[in-house]
Amino acid sequence: MKSVSLLVVLGLGFAAIVSSCGGSKAPENTTPAVDTAAENQRVRDSIAAAQAEADRLAREEAERIARQREADSLAALSRSAEEVRNMLASMIHFDLDKSNIRPDDMGALDQKVAILQANPDLRIRIGGHCDERGSDEYNLALGNRRAQSTKQYLVSHGIDASRIETQSWGEERPLVDGHDEGAWSQNRRAEFEVTGGGDNLRRPS
Amino acid sequence: MTPLLLAALLVMQDTTAIDRGVRIGIVYRPGVRPGLVMLPRSGGGTGLDSVRAMITRDLDYSDRFEIITLPGGDSIRLATSSAPTRTPPPASRRSSSAGTSRAGPANPGALNYPLYQALGADFALDITRTGDTTLATLHDVAAADVRRTLRATLPPPTSADYRQAVHRLGDQVVQAALGIAGIGATRVLFVRDGKVYQIDQDGAEQKLVSSTNRQAMSPAWAADGRHFAYMEFQAGKGWLFLQDMGTGKRIPVSTTGTALDFTPAFSPDQQTMVFSRATEEGTDLYSINVKSNCCLRRLTVGRFSDNLSPTFSPDGQRIAFVSTRPGLPQVYVMAADGTDQQLFAPFDYGVTGSSNAPEWSPDGQSVAFHRDVAGTLQVFVLDVRTRTVRQLTSVGRNEDPTWAPDSRHLAFVSDRSGYRQLWIIDLDTGRIRPLLQQSGARLPAWSPRLSEATSTTP
Repeated sequence: MKSVSLLVVLGLGFAAIVSSCGGSKAPENTTPAVDTAAENQRVRDSIAAAQAEADRLAREEAERIARQREADSLAALSRSAEEVRNMLASMIHFDLDKSNIRPDDMGALDQKVAILQANPDLRIRIGGHCDERGSDEYNLALGNRRAQSTKQYLVSHGIDASRIETQSWGEERPLVDGHDEGAWSQNRRAEFEVTGGGDNLRRPS
Repeated sequence: MTPLLLAALLVMQDTTAIDRGVRIGIVYRPGVRPGLVMLPRSGGGTGLDSVRAMITRDLDYSDRFEIITLPGGDSIRLATSSAPTRTPPPASRRSSSAGTSRAGPANPGALNYPLYQALGADFALDITRTGDTTLATLHDVAAADVRRTLRATLPPPTSADYRQAVHRLGDQVVQAALGIAGIGATRVLFVRDGKVYQIDQDGAEQKLVSSTNRQAMSPAWAADGRHFAYMEFQAGKGWLFLQDMGTGKRIPVSTTGTALDFTPAFSPDQQTMVFSRATEEGTDLYSINVKSNCCLRRLTVGRFSDNLSPTFSPDGQRIAFVSTRPGLPQVYVMAADGTDQQLFAPFDYGVTGSSNAPEWSPDGQSVAFHRDVAGTLQVFVLDVRTRTVRQLTSVGRNEDPTWAPDSRHLAFVSDRSGYRQLWIIDLDTGRIRPLLQQSGARLPAWSPRLSEATSTTP
């Protein structure tokens, strides 16, 4: 194939030289039949080559897309599980020396109810925490109240009580160090921890 | 005189903020404390200086004496004892003191009693040594005679029991002078960074007694001073442990590990432990027989209230505790079997803040606790007979009081110096001293008097 195209190129070159130097000689006399055949062959060959190349690219692309799609869906899955996990772990907070659920935390708890319903194997532990202002030992009782009232909310919204453990840490595990309301309000909290069934968490529908 | 002034100042300092309707402060009776002079060293004997220093400090910290410091070091003693021959005391005096001591070879015999009397001393104490025996000779200055000579064989200063042995000698001196045992040979357990430590009442010998890295709380002494109980977080639960002071060996209290158990307290006969258990129903008091590890009993049924922080009366008949039944935590009392529950420390509904951490005094007459006053905590004392309370502190945040065995000193946590540490207050004089100069110490528990056997730490 190479030799043919070379020939064509030479032929064209020759014709060009002849026409540029020549006076009266007509260029159309130069070997048209051979050239046509070569040209046809060349076109056929190049189409085939292009087709093969395109097929190959298409195949690769398809494979790449398939791979990508798979990866994307895995990432999306894990991203979604991660998101669900984060939603589940988001803390709720309490007023000073109180253990009742604040209205602005009910949305977060409803979300946890939905997650627990979408993942029947999921089990959690709720940890109740206090700020440093109260009495050290009393805070263990208060932290227990906070964990219990949080659990009670989930149970009253349809979650089986056996799926929820509770724990009180009193003021022993502050989230934020500091001795002002900014720190205290963040430390008066309930934390949510997965204790079982936490792989591939499904997003609530 | 300086301690007197200082005490008076501290009393004033701690009584500046006065709440209406609350008797505040300390009953201060000036001038009733007998003067005591520690005689300067008269002879050789290695280690005697530290014995003298420790005993002098114990006598000072007892807040029962006016410690008189001699000016000019040894000069006065030299003036009296440089005479080559001492005049023996008259025979009649000698016989009067014969019941408690014999004038041994180290007995300095006659002192210049009029001189010490002029200095304001009622007692003079001499520490000497004969061979292995350390002698503490207590002179009754007014009677111009030896009140008693106490003998002790002290272990070497390198021994772990050395300081406790010296403290015990000091306590005997207090006993000989006033008929009341001292509190030198006592220790305080406390929590720092989630671990239990012990420290001698004079601030020496701080030592870690926790044996794990888990977070611990609420140490409580058994009456014999040989054991203590405490709570430890483990796997989401609160476990109660009994630990042997001497060996460090610990065992979990039976039935613990199923819930959040906390604030253990021993009955005076050490048969029973009462503690708080937090469950779905809230927190309630339970008792268990720790001798036979059986018979879990529920003492309170809170339902909508929490009941915690028990403390036995010294006769074992009653238990004071904290209950949230009035809305905020307040101090209640019941019979040891859980019957006859009633309010103990009076409060004004809607006015008085939370009250927590009660501890019954060893003499049974008082219950110390802390109460929220204007957003911070202050130490209060309830008079058990009259059921009246008085506020003891007002400077900074003050909490978790614990009684010394003499029922007149309290250790407590205070941030009055800028950070939370342990302080000791004498209720009779109002004198306050820091026990520990480290921040973060809390939940102190003062030991009973520690006998020789209990203070041994192998």
